[in-house]
Amino acid sequence: MSDSHIVSSFNNDLNQIDSLVLEMGGLVEQQLQNATLALQKEDRVLAKKVMKGDSRINALETELNDVAIKVLALRQPVAVDLRTVVMSLKIARHLERMGDYIKNTARRTNTIAKAGAFTGSLDTLARMSELVQEMTQDALNAYSTRDADAAQAVRESDKHVDHMNNSLFRELLTYMMEDTRNIGGAMHLIFIAKNIERMGDHVADIAKETIYLVNGQWPEGKRKKDDKTSKIILDMDELNAEI
Amino acid sequence: MAGVIDMQNETELAVKQPIMTAKNVDVFYGKKQAIDNVSLDIPENEITSLIGPSGCGKSTFLRCFNRMNDTIDSCKVSGKIEFAGQDIYSPKVDVVALRARIGMVFQKANPFPKSIFENVAYGPRIHDLSSSKDELEHIVITSLKRAGLYDEVSDRLDDPGTSLSGGQQQRLCIARAIAVDPQIILMDEPCSALDPIATAIIEELMESMKRDYTIVIVTHSMAQAARISQKTAFFHLGKVIEYGETDKMFTSPDNELTQNYISGRIG
Repeated sequence: MSDSHIVSSFNNDLNQIDSLVLEMGGLVEQQLQNATLALQKEDRVLAKKVMKGDSRINALETELNDVAIKVLALRQPVAVDLRTVVMSLKIARHLERMGDYIKNTARRTNTIAKAGAFTGSLDTLARMSELVQEMTQDALNAYSTRDADAAQAVRESDKHVDHMNNSLFRELLTYMMEDTRNIGGAMHLIFIAKNIERMGDHVADIAKETIYLVNGQWPEGKRKKDDKTSKIILDMDELNAEI
Repeated sequence: MAGVIDMQNETELAVKQPIMTAKNVDVFYGKKQAIDNVSLDIPENEITSLIGPSGCGKSTFLRCFNRMNDTIDSCKVSGKIEFAGQDIYSPKVDVVALRARIGMVFQKANPFPKSIFENVAYGPRIHDLSSSKDELEHIVITSLKRAGLYDEVSDRLDDPGTSLSGGQQQRLCIARAIAVDPQIILMDEPCSALDPIATAIIEELMESMKRDYTIVIVTHSMAQAARISQKTAFFHLGKVIEYGETDKMFTSPDNELTQNYISGRIG
């Protein structure tokens, strides 16, 4: 497809939409990285910086909404342009929600650090976070280069996040049953893990929407979800077996 | 692939019996080829849009459907066009009768220099469609109603047709086409000279008309094709590049050339 519109200002608007999506995505990656580091180092200053940083992501989403609505009203985009505008709105929504999860993670980190609470399983959490950061980067690259195959690969990698979350959930449950003093910290860690797992789902959706943007068709079949935490419960016998 | 109808779309269209089919149609003006091997099925009681850049052959193709090209000496049409199963280019066909079955509305409203009533009564009269004055009046009023014009002109049917506004004149021409009881109405950019309100009224009218008629419209307005038609054919350099469901065409066209044209990347 030739890249340029006859009307160059239309091109500028579409380029601006792409830039805003990529800027939001870059910020989300950075924020997640900092939030994870703050958790690992129990760094309250960094955690607070992350909490404040979310407003920039929100502001970018508002800006993107304004540009997209303007393009819809003034340009009446069709075909790939229509798909770009509508999918960018959906993708921005996912990125904004991811920003909220990161902010919540930073807030919990602050609480844990302040109380000197239990912080087991941090390595697994950090690995989950790294995986989601990579997925985010890959999904945004796929969006930027309009690469449906790369987007499909991102969708498939979300199952690894689910698997890590399942084992982490079980692990934290065990810590809590072993020693009730762990419960406060472990509960926060479970919520943080859930935040990261949800972020993985959002990235998988961004990848799905990128595939539609590129192909004009939604990917076939449902994506297999492997989050089993809603089915896990440990009784004392299982706990003994785990130990 | 250029010039070839998407097989999947062809299957979808086959579900609904087409009222008109064009097969391997070529049109030449002297030595210049205007239409190159076009095959297209027009489904009944639907609106089909023909779009494409200026000079792509869409109006020429539309005019093949009621043999309007016969009036141009240098114009030669080959291939086959069937209406309700009959070859309309067969020597046995009465062209005047054919044009009553397949009416036409043009870009510029062209009412006769007669009264509103006579503009609509003219067709039924020459085709001998009424046996009494009352019956003729009934046809005129019904046609004006179907064209959504009656309420605006009921108290001045004797005024000249040319006294109406542009949008009303176009609806008068639609009433005139309807009066001879056609099955298909061909429209060649019927709204290009109208303001947005008059355009909206005609579009609303077309939507209600498709219950009784099949409409084929040539339009330069992509947005209009998207708003009103169920099927769209994209013409380029005399060929049909893509033909299919309008909503599919404007959200995810199969062909790159279609995409570039409808999104404003080529003129």
